[in-house]
Amino acid sequence: MKKLLEIKNLSAGYDGNVVLENVNMEVFSGDFIGVIGPNGGGKTTLIKTILGLIKPTSGELILHISKTNIGYLPQVNQIDKRFPISVIDVVRSGKANSALFSSFHKNSAEKEKAESLLAEMGISHIRNKAIGELSGGQMQRVFLCRALMNEPELLVLDEPSTYVDNNFEGELYLKLKELNEQMAILLISHDVGTISFFVKTIACVNRHLHHHPSNIISEEQLASYNCPLQIITHGNIPHTVLKLHDEHEHHGHHH
Amino acid sequence: MDTIIELFSYDFFVNAFLASLLAAVSCGIVGTYIVSRRIVFISGGITHASFGGIGMGYYLGINPLVGAAIFSILSGMGIQLFSSRGKVREDSSIAIWWSLGMAIGIIFVYLTPGYAPNLLSYLFGSILTVSTGEIWLMLALALIIVLFFTLFYRTILYISFDEDFAKTSDLPVNLFNYLLMILISLTIVLNIRVVGIILILSLLTIPQATANVLTREFGRMMFYSVGFAFLASFIGLLISYFADIPSGATIIFTQVVLFGLVKLIKAFIRS
Repeated sequence: MKKLLEIKNLSAGYDGNVVLENVNMEVFSGDFIGVIGPNGGGKTTLIKTILGLIKPTSGELILHISKTNIGYLPQVNQIDKRFPISVIDVVRSGKANSALFSSFHKNSAEKEKAESLLAEMGISHIRNKAIGELSGGQMQRVFLCRALMNEPELLVLDEPSTYVDNNFEGELYLKLKELNEQMAILLISHDVGTISFFVKTIACVNRHLHHHPSNIISEEQLASYNCPLQIITHGNIPHTVLKLHDEHEHHGHHH
Repeated sequence: MDTIIELFSYDFFVNAFLASLLAAVSCGIVGTYIVSRRIVFISGGITHASFGGIGMGYYLGINPLVGAAIFSILSGMGIQLFSSRGKVREDSSIAIWWSLGMAIGIIFVYLTPGYAPNLLSYLFGSILTVSTGEIWLMLALALIIVLFFTLFYRTILYISFDEDFAKTSDLPVNLFNYLLMILISLTIVLNIRVVGIILILSLLTIPQATANVLTREFGRMMFYSVGFAFLASFIGLLISYFADIPSGATIIFTQVVLFGLVKLIKAFIRS
């Protein structure tokens, strides 16, 4: 197992407000970590720090891979859906580090890569549509393609299941499980019930971070991590039932 | 038709024609960036702040456009500085620079002894009095803009669409933000003579809105915007000449009519 990144005694925040305090975490290749926690608890701040979008106020972030080797899928509501850009260009922007003078060389390899990702996701037919014409599920697929353009070693997803229907949500998580064979995944969700079926470990983030070494977590443990959460489950999506206190002995086994 | 051809034998009309063509190129391209990135209000702030430079130019006896260029670039930087470092909300920061520039302009115009010639042409535009020297400057700017947007098309597109993602891809986001801010400022200043400070925002937004009716693709939107901007400017120029009404206002009126027509035709085709 290769260590991809480590976070040491890291604190971060905005305008003097501390959002994360003394956080420690390590991410290895093969990891599939569900990042959960209440709204405002610092989930997004954590991944924005990892992505270099926020500078830590203290502590350090050590990347053992290049920054461009991290694929990123932001929250959908951070995207301007009326921006005049086509699907294929959104996907190609995933390899933006080769974009600086890209108008001069055709870069057909990059374009082919984008096309093949769209085909893999089953959305080749929308390649020329504007981003605003897509459904929630299509949009998430497009952003997943973009995040995969650089063949990342670490994939970071911020709430990929908002604005998508239940069918696509299940499909997305299965896809992530498949991708996890090639890359580590950090998945933010407010929905611990659903993701715990797919992830390998759970990181509870609420100002502090507790990395729980299993995908099964009890309400009592959540409480002890100071991570109060509402457990939401959806119709036909498989989910691990949260272990209640008295069945707790069984935790740790894998599906 | 003959009279239109005849018009081109007048130097002032050739200059006006070239000015509308060059304004269409620079405003069409830069305006697409402004509209796509939703920074219309910032651009409005920069435009009005440039009046401070015009007033200063009159007072110091230098070319008012030089003063306007300095003021608009400074206000563009100032707006960003106030909101990022000074923790002033961005729209408030814009309003502060917007009105500060106008106030400085009015004070200096008042302090300038005697009469301030052509003051109205800076406020409302005067395409028929654009000088050959100004045409050369507009040409240089148009070439710089075309070159810049061609060379860095994808970088500009990606940064505009999703700035955070562009940062994670190691694109020089801040550098481009500043370069584009400077290009916006220069575009505004050099086109002030065409439609004036009060009306310049229209050249940066209406052709783009018209183009946006027909396409939702950044590159195509630039081309269409240039086309619509030029069409409306030229028709407006002719109408203002023959009807003897102010050119800047007529050009904008034509642009809005063109926008309405395109919108109507599109709705008609759909139904």
